[in-house]
Amino acid sequence: MESESKSDFVWTRKHLIGLKDLSRRELEHIFSTADAFRPVGGNRVMKFPTLRGRLVVNMFFEDSTRTRNSFALAAKRLSADTLDFTKKASAVSKGETLVDTARNIVSMGVDMIVIRHNAGGAPLLLSRAVDVPIINAGDGFNEHPTQALLDTYTIRAHRGSLDGLKIAIVGDIAHSRVARSDIYAMTKLGAEVTLVGPPTLMPPKVSQLPVKVSTSLDDVIEEVDVINMLRIQFERMGSNPFPSVREYSRFFALTVDRLKRAKPDILVMHPGPLNRGVEIESEVADSPNSVILEQVAHGITTRMAVMLLVSQAAAMEKN
Amino acid sequence: MTQLLDKKQIDQAISRLADMIIESSGDEVVILGIRDRGEILSERLSKIITSRAGKTALSGALDITLYRDDITEPSGAMRAVQPSYIPCPLNDKEIILADDVLHTGRSCRAALDAIVAYGRPRLIKLAVLIDRGGREYPIQADYTGVKLEVRDDQKVRVTLEEYGDIDQAVLE
Repeated sequence: MESESKSDFVWTRKHLIGLKDLSRRELEHIFSTADAFRPVGGNRVMKFPTLRGRLVVNMFFEDSTRTRNSFALAAKRLSADTLDFTKKASAVSKGETLVDTARNIVSMGVDMIVIRHNAGGAPLLLSRAVDVPIINAGDGFNEHPTQALLDTYTIRAHRGSLDGLKIAIVGDIAHSRVARSDIYAMTKLGAEVTLVGPPTLMPPKVSQLPVKVSTSLDDVIEEVDVINMLRIQFERMGSNPFPSVREYSRFFALTVDRLKRAKPDILVMHPGPLNRGVEIESEVADSPNSVILEQVAHGITTRMAVMLLVSQAAAMEKN
Repeated sequence: MTQLLDKKQIDQAISRLADMIIESSGDEVVILGIRDRGEILSERLSKIITSRAGKTALSGALDITLYRDDITEPSGAMRAVQPSYIPCPLNDKEIILADDVLHTGRSCRAALDAIVAYGRPRLIKLAVLIDRGGREYPIQADYTGVKLEVRDDQKVRVTLEEYGDIDQAVLE
């Protein structure tokens, strides 16, 4: 075949550090690439030879099962070998710096690093220190770009586009890197985002974000097309931001009663893990409106797309 | 730029391909065109075979980008990936793989990998509009519209109406 591809867009980013600087066109390019990884005909798992012979290391300095497994599966479905790396099992626990650790790993022939770290900026630091693509799997309170990609991809799968959609992100915004990446992605794709939660869980400088803010879920529930419920991240809090979990649930949980007042086709999302009975009632999480499990499935395909694109960009840089 | 085939010659070549496929295939074939031009070839062949012989000739589109061996190599081409369109399960089917130009054989190699990822066909045959020679892999077409001898440093480009151009093949 000698014909050129119909798309003339060329992805040039060797790293995926965050969505703050990504353009709408780049987001759409990730989505169209992910489309190619969706299973065709039943549940048959498609495996592609694209990254055969490559080694991807998962460097997770924070506990994670869902995201780590999702990245590992994405790498495997692209035929890459994977290496798991945890803080406990590394020389970081002996005092080695993150950069030195990463340089050692790259010297072993690693072709790509997926990193989760409790310090915001760690992936950016690595991207400047080593020569292989870096993918951010969540850094501190900063960003969780692939989660936002799978969130927006899931909405696009149901609605075709995010243009004009009203989306509420509810709960612990202050401690949520997911919310931050979601805001960047959703607003660039044309959605109107409202952050909902108690004032104590709003991030500082929220007024500088391109969003609306509400302290009442009841005020917005009837008008939104998508609602993304966040988990309260007690482990990240120094002090209690609200009097009790019960009181929080009374005002901010997505309950069956609240869902009845919402648009009939509202999409209910959650980045997981769920705290059933706290931010979302069990019946709502399992309702026909819930796309939570689809989010998990789309996590693999969107991460495959990102891995492919950064690999191509790295290859282009060497050319 | 030299014109190799005009619209009439392209029509004749596709018509000839359709006749050859009708003559030697079963009552049901699945034609999978390699994106982008092969997809159009597949659609045109499907229409002709269906109308001329009343056979079932489903048409699909195969994106082989993910099966190329150079997609993440420094020497590789940056290609945007698109979804394939597979019109039915491929198990036990007679598949006609369709492409506009057969050159090195590497695209067909990738396409064979792509097809077997979707299922286990009974038979796969290759139909090309133009065989320009210059093979690097041991792959030959079962059905050839036009056979040409073209130097390695020259490029055969097919343009088609479906992409807003005119039907022709040119030498660049």
